[in-house]
This record gives sequence, C-alpha cells and structure tokens, in this order.
Amino acid sequence: MSGNERELLETLVKRVANGPSGTHIKDKLLDNYSAKVYKNRKEHVIQLEEGVENQSIAANTRTIPGIMTARGCCYAGCKGVVVGPLKDVCVITHGPIGCGFYSWGTRRNRAKPDEHTDKNFVTYCFSTDMQEPDIVFGGEKKLEKAIEEAMELFSPKCIMICSTCPVGLIGDDVQAVARRTEEKYGIKAIGYSCEGYKGVSQSGGHHIANNGLMRYVIGTGDKKPKTKFSVNVLGEYNIGGDGWEEVRILKRCGIEVLNLFTGDASVESLKSAHLAHLNLVMCHRSINYIAEMMKTKYGLDWLKVNFIGVEATCKTLREIAKYFNDPALTKKVEEVIADETAAIKDDMDHYRAKLTGKTAGIFSGGSRSHHYQALLRDLGMKTVIAGYEFAHRDDYEGRDVIPTIKEDADNKNIESITVKPDEKLYHERYTAQQIADLKSGEEGIELDTYDGMIPEMCAGDVVVDDYNHFETDALIKTVKPDIFLSGIKDKHSIQKAGVSSRQIHSYDYSGPYSGFRGAVIFARDVAMAIYTNAWQLVTPPWKHEPMLTGKIAEEGKNA
Amino acid sequence: MLDMTTKDVKVREALRVNPCKTCQPVGAMYAALGVAKCMPHSHGSQGCCSYHRTVLSRHFKEPAIASSSSFTEGASVFGGKSNLSTSAKNIFDMYNPDVIAVHTTCLSETIGDDLSSFIMDLELPDGKLVVHTNTPSYVGSHINGFFNMMIGFMNYLTKKTGTPTGKTAVFPGWVNPGDIRELKRIAAQMNVPAVFFPDQSGVLDAPMTGRYEFYPEGGTTLDEIRTLGDSDGLIALGEIIGVEPAEALNKKCKVPYTLLPLPVGVAYTDQYVLALRKQSRTEVPAALEEERGRLVDLMLDSSQYTSGKKVAIFGDPDIVIGLTSLALEMGMVPKYVITGTPKEEFTRKVTELFEKYGATDCKAKASADLFELHQWIKNEPVDLLIGSTYGKQIARAEDIPFIRAGFPVLDRYGGPLLPVVGYNGGVLLVEKIVGALLDKFDRTCAEEDFEIVL
Repeated sequence: MSGNERELLETLVKRVANGPSGTHIKDKLLDNYSAKVYKNRKEHVIQLEEGVENQSIAANTRTIPGIMTARGCCYAGCKGVVVGPLKDVCVITHGPIGCGFYSWGTRRNRAKPDEHTDKNFVTYCFSTDMQEPDIVFGGEKKLEKAIEEAMELFSPKCIMICSTCPVGLIGDDVQAVARRTEEKYGIKAIGYSCEGYKGVSQSGGHHIANNGLMRYVIGTGDKKPKTKFSVNVLGEYNIGGDGWEEVRILKRCGIEVLNLFTGDASVESLKSAHLAHLNLVMCHRSINYIAEMMKTKYGLDWLKVNFIGVEATCKTLREIAKYFNDPALTKKVEEVIADETAAIKDDMDHYRAKLTGKTAGIFSGGSRSHHYQALLRDLGMKTVIAGYEFAHRDDYEGRDVIPTIKEDADNKNIESITVKPDEKLYHERYTAQQIADLKSGEEGIELDTYDGMIPEMCAGDVVVDDYNHFETDALIKTVKPDIFLSGIKDKHSIQKAGVSSRQIHSYDYSGPYSGFRGAVIFARDVAMAIYTNAWQLVTPPWKHEPMLTGKIAEEGKNA
Repeated sequence: MLDMTTKDVKVREALRVNPCKTCQPVGAMYAALGVAKCMPHSHGSQGCCSYHRTVLSRHFKEPAIASSSSFTEGASVFGGKSNLSTSAKNIFDMYNPDVIAVHTTCLSETIGDDLSSFIMDLELPDGKLVVHTNTPSYVGSHINGFFNMMIGFMNYLTKKTGTPTGKTAVFPGWVNPGDIRELKRIAAQMNVPAVFFPDQSGVLDAPMTGRYEFYPEGGTTLDEIRTLGDSDGLIALGEIIGVEPAEALNKKCKVPYTLLPLPVGVAYTDQYVLALRKQSRTEVPAALEEERGRLVDLMLDSSQYTSGKKVAIFGDPDIVIGLTSLALEMGMVPKYVITGTPKEEFTRKVTELFEKYGATDCKAKASADLFELHQWIKNEPVDLLIGSTYGKQIARAEDIPFIRAGFPVLDRYGGPLLPVVGYNGGVLLVEKIVGALLDKFDRTCAEEDFEIVL
C-alpha cells in the first residue's frame, strides 16, 4: 500500500469512527430500541476502539422475535448448505412441500459428474410433500414409501433424509428409517434431525450435517491420494465455481485436491477424505467441526486458508507450502504466484484505480465477511461495517475464546459428538512441538486454529452480529458506504436507498470470485455496481431545473 | 440436464419430484404485502420467513418485508405465545406498521398454537391492529395461503354498515403488480370505481427514487378492507383462488359476487369487461374495444405459426387456466396442462376448455409435478412450454422454446411490471409465444429453408 493510500484509509477510518455528525455509530444504531431490545442488541453490536484488544461480541444466541433477522433455520444449514451440494446423493426433504421447494436449485453450489459419480442429483428436488394425515398419523410410512419410489426410479447409491419442523414434533424417527433403508437396499442412508426450530440459526444445521458426514461417510473409503501433497478444501461450496478456481491454482502448484466440502462433492469421494495429507478450511463456521474431528480421529492437521483476495491467496499458497516443507513445492508455489499475479496485474491495476478509497459494508453468513475484506483491500477499498448472520464468537474473536463460551439451552440442543483417535488410521505428520514452531512468529501459519475476523479490522469499524433490517437500514443511512455486500433480502432495500449492493451469498449469479482470476471478476463486478450508468438517472431532470424559463409574463398578458 | 428422468412413467404415491407448488405461508405473505402499511408476520421458526422473503424478492426484484416469531426448541415445546407477544411489541416499536398480519406455519400448526386467543391477549398501541390466518403448510398449496390471508383480514375487519361505498370490490387473485395496474385501468375505462384487494402494485414494483421506503405507497388500505362489506358487488378473479374469499365476503356481508376466470386472452377478458359493464351500466368505450380488436387481429395474423402447435402449460391453477384459454384461442393444442395445487376443480375447468374447443388427446392434472410433466413430454414432445422459472430445466433438456409466466420467475427481469391479463396482456403474450416459436425455427431450420420474411 502506498503512503497516499494509507493516509486515505486513515481518513476514512476517522470519518467512520466519528460518524457524519460526530456521534458514535453504535449509539446511533441502538438509540431507537426499547430498553429490552437495547439490552440484548448492545452486546451484538460493537464499534472497534483504538488500543482496545480482545473486544468481545455476543453471538450464536437466540434472535429477538419480530426483529426482522436475516437468519434462516437449522434445516437450511443442514440441507441447504452442507448436504444439498452432494451430487451423488438423493436428498429427500421429509416434510410439507415448502422447505424442499425453496432449497431447490437456489444455492449456487455448482457441480458436474466426475469419475466418482455417474449421477448428478443437484438439479432435482425430492420431498415427501407431507399432508395432514401424515402429520396426524405419522409420516414414517410415507417416507419409506418415498424411498422405495426413489430407489425404483433413480437407484441412488446414497439417500439422505432431511427433517423439517413437524417431523420432530410428531416423532418420526428418520434415523431408524435410514437404518432400515440401508438393510433393505444395501445402500448408504443417513437421517438428519435438522428440524427448523433447532438451535438459533442455520449454524445448528451445519453441525448436525457435519456429525452425519463424520459418523457415516468420512473414513469408510480407501481410495488413496495419487500424490504426496493432497488436500481437502473444507467449507468450500463451489458457489459460482469458486472451488474450481481453487482446484486450478492448487493443481498448478502440484497440490492434489481430493475433495471440496461439499461443493461439487460426492459421498463416494468424501469416504476417503481422511487419507488426505492436509485439510484446508475456507468457511470456518460451517465445517470447523469436521476439521477438528478429523484432527482428533486421524491426526490430520487443518489450515485456515483464504482464497478470496490476491494477497490472501498468495499467503494461503505459501502457508500450504510451509506446511509441507518441500523445497520443490515451495519453488513451484512461488512460480505460480509470480505467473498468476502477473497475468492479472493490468486488470487489477485498472479496477484499483477506479475503486481506491471506496468503502464497503459486508453482511454475510459465517465467514465471508472476513474473507472479502482481503479482496477489498487489494482493490484499495476499506470495509467499515462487517457482520454475520450465524457466526459464533470464535469466528469474530478467534478460537482462543472457545473455552470461555458459555453454552445455553439452545446450543445444548445441538448434538456435539466426540471422536477418538482411530487405532489404524491415526497418523500425525508433526509433533505438537513442531506444530507450535510452525505457528509461532511473524511468519507463523494459522494451523489447527483460526484467529477470527476482528483482529483484521480497524478502530472505528462497526461489527454487527445477527444483523437485522432495522440496523442495516440505519447503517446505510449513517455510514453511506459506497457498496454493501449482503443477501437478497437486503439487496433491494439497500439499492433503493441509493447504495450499490451486491449479493455476497450468491455473487449475483456471477463468479468465481476466488483465487486470482476470481479477484478480477469481483473487481469488475464491484466497479460495475458502483459506476453503472443508470445511477445517473435516479433523479429526474425536472427536480433540478425550473419549470418556467424566460421572462415572466406581465399581469394580464400571455407570456 | 435432468439426465435421470426417463420415459418410464411410474405411479408415485409418496415421492414428490420437482414440485409445481409450494406451501401456504408464502401465499399469505404475498397477500399481506398487498395491504397498506402492513407487516406480514410468520409465526414459526425463522427459516420459513427467510425462505418466503427470499423467493418473493427474487421474483419481484424488490424488498419483501416480513418478520418472524423465531421459534426455538423451547417455544416448540411450550407454545409460541410469548414469541408472538414479543414480536408484536418489537414490530410496532421498530417498524411501526398499521397492522401486523400473522400467518402460521407447519410448526405452529402442529403444536396447535391458538392464534385467536394469543392475539386477543396482546396489548397493542392505540389504533394498531393484529390479524391472523391459519396456513398449515401440509394442506393445499401457496394458493390456499393467499386466499386464507384475504379471509383472515376480512374476518377481523370487514363489516356491513349499510352505507354503500358505491364502489365495486375486485379480488384480482395471485397476479403481478403489472396485472393489477392493467385490471385497474380497464375498470377505470369501464367507469367502475373499484377497490382492489389485495393490491401489491406500488408495493412490489416501487419506483427508484434514491430513498428507501419501508412501506412504499400502495396496498389496499385498512379502511378499504373494513368497508368491503358495503361494496356495490364483488368481482372475484380466478375461479380457484377467488371462490373462497368471495364466499366469505358473501357470507359475512351478503355482497353478491361474480366469479370469473383470470382475464387472460380474449374470451376471459371479455367476461371481465362484461362484468364491469354490469356494474357501471355504461357501454364499452371505443378505446377498449379497439384494444380487443388489436389482440384478435394479432392472433389472426400470426395464427399460421401457432395453429396446431402443441404446448405444455404448468403453474398455479388460475393463470394456467387463463393461459390454456389463450393458447386455444391461438389455435394451439394444450397437450399437457398441470398444476401442483391439489384442486380437482382445476382439472374440470381445463377439461371443459378442451371440450369447448374440441381439443382431443390433451391431459389436465392437478396435484401433478414437473417430473411427471417432463416424463409425458419425453413420451410425446411439445413445441412450446409455458410456466414458472423451473420449466427452464425441462426446456433445456428437451430443447423446447420456453415462455415464463406465473410464479415464481426467478431468472428474468421486468416480468412483474408487465401484464398477462387484459387485451394488452394478451398482445404481450402472443408476441412472446410467436417469437419463441419462430426463434427456434430460425435457429434450427435448414439453411435453405431460412426465411427473411415470415
């Protein structure tokens, strides 16, 4: 960053910290709340202060009813996020039709058949379409019949059942149905009790899905990697093809990607995921459970990576090389970095010139608000507002806070499974001391841990947990960032308020945004959003120009 | 695309594949968004509300506001009463609507929350209202949710005072804002002062001004809903979606109603115009008759390209019935006509249309899904497919020209601003249909058969 750019950023930071009228933004946001709501929300909204370390935020707690949260439910986290992208699985939604319908093709987890899969189910929606009698008399029979019909029509090798709200209430046992399915048809079947009301957000559903994959899938295969540098990319859902850009780069470096979890993934391939040499973690929130459990069970280390942003991607590649500690690999990584950054330099310079000094807000699900700050920095932009829908405190503050997080009744309802080292398959690459060495110092790598989003942000920045419409609206008005990256529920209200908005969940049907080539596409999209010509047309000319021109007529005469 | 769909049609009793319907609450939310300064409220877990707002925003490319009771496991066990009262307080504090329109979900329905008594116990700010309807997701479809919310509003608000409003009530059914504008324009042309309920025009097609309005200008006002009982008659559009709210208003306030098909195409628009003429007792103005004449002229001019062409139409019952009528007017063969909504009345109405035009060898089915439709198409192909966005999978798999109409259309822009109803809506549809058929011809015909003039 040049001296000028730094100066500009510092000015921006001050502007934001003080707010346009000199008031503290946090107070402005919370001022209009009733006492009860204020008491709750003040713990979830923080403004970073100069010189204060380890600022704490409340997260992963119950949403206040009526507040217009952006959050979804446990089913959305399990089926929509983690399980849905598995292309060789017939995922049956057990419930009334809506939940299956809404999660049909609406998340951009791109997939194509490969050597592991002859079938791709991701374009289909399967549901038991429960009717009143099923609610009254129980839905297990219908579920079993639906499975029978699915077997007859599609003969999948794996069926997963995702439960919706009424299923748990009426006591359908989807796990028992899954076991019977396995016995009857000789296929893999997994039941998920991911009823919408469980937990406080999608996050509970991620955990439930992680548990299922860990219990029944990972470790059941024996397909060995072809190379000595093989990885899984955990928490990569291949939105807009992000995963494919990562695979392209890693492959150039000589690193073999066994699995993306779970974008473009197959159960067939996930079975052997434990044989990888290293796990990379993109979306920490949705998949850290599997990373941790694989570490415990198989001794497999995980590295928190970020392929969003040019600098971030370079750092990630260097950390992977550092982990494998192989001179040839390190050399190759440097070559690839030099080549890839040179290839995009002109484009990035072009967009940086347009975007330097612009400010951004990001409200995403559970990791992107951190990841995208790096890419925005590459473009000379400053993230001044960042928030998550369903993150936990460790996503904000780093995993060191985990032992201090108090469990509440809602969290306790989400099962947490424990695993033990596998007698045959446990293998440690490095001793604890070696790992400590790898992590220590300026050049230390983020191995088996995550430092969170907040440490990368500046004084004055606003961090919001479980953001809602009221606060989003107030932030837009108060801070007026140049662009706001959020979801579809906010997008159009932000845009109506005159601020460019792009969806950071779906990339507004663009992408990939990851890696080197993705950075250019993102830069192009942000520049397009800010500079698109139609912004000039918002105010009609007659609002500026007087209706009458020329001389005012004398009284009694026509002009 | 859809590579696992085979020709082999098997009877399915339990497995729904690629549905052609969704659940009740989204219909209730959409209906409530057509009421001025109303906050739709989803009484259940957060996911429902999030999904419904999402699908509405994706269809209209507009903000779709709604709040949720945010049930947790505790509320699911002990009931959602406190969730509702907390919600109501917070919504009025933060978002200050005139009314909160609560709908239930399969969660609150399964645990048996008694919304009437919950609402009775609420402490509301002066002049503020909470209404509700029951929308169990496991009954009917989103269509039921839509009319149930209308009935919910009328149950709470509508009274007959005996002082006539001098206005005709119109229930437009589940249509886009562009349709409502067109229906209103025709009513105005026919000199009929009318109240449309619900009315999403202005709300879900709000103009860009640089200022975000939480409650955009638009929607049926509460006073208009209150006085529906004193209307000078009711025209309910959409024979499937309209009948129950029309019956409800008739039962409560003795307002006589005319139930009509959604005015898509010439004949059904004629019926709407005739019903309006009956209300105003004025002649059909020349301008409107000219609009009609232009549509018929267009149909005749282009009929050589549409006659005998096979079309599959899917979606919500009333728009599908309307589109089928239009297709028949254009001389097309509506080979397969389906809805996912479980209403057998749909099958009867469509079969009547087949008979009226002597269309043979055509199938109509309610409670169907897109997987089944695709299988039928695989067995005997069609020349054109009309329906919601999800049809694009079939259209691509089978290389069929495809026109988007109905709900939801998630992948195109501007649709909700344009009417499919009325003579002008008919013109837009005919232009699209003929264009789609001829585009395919231009793209695929042998080079020696390629025509400059068609």
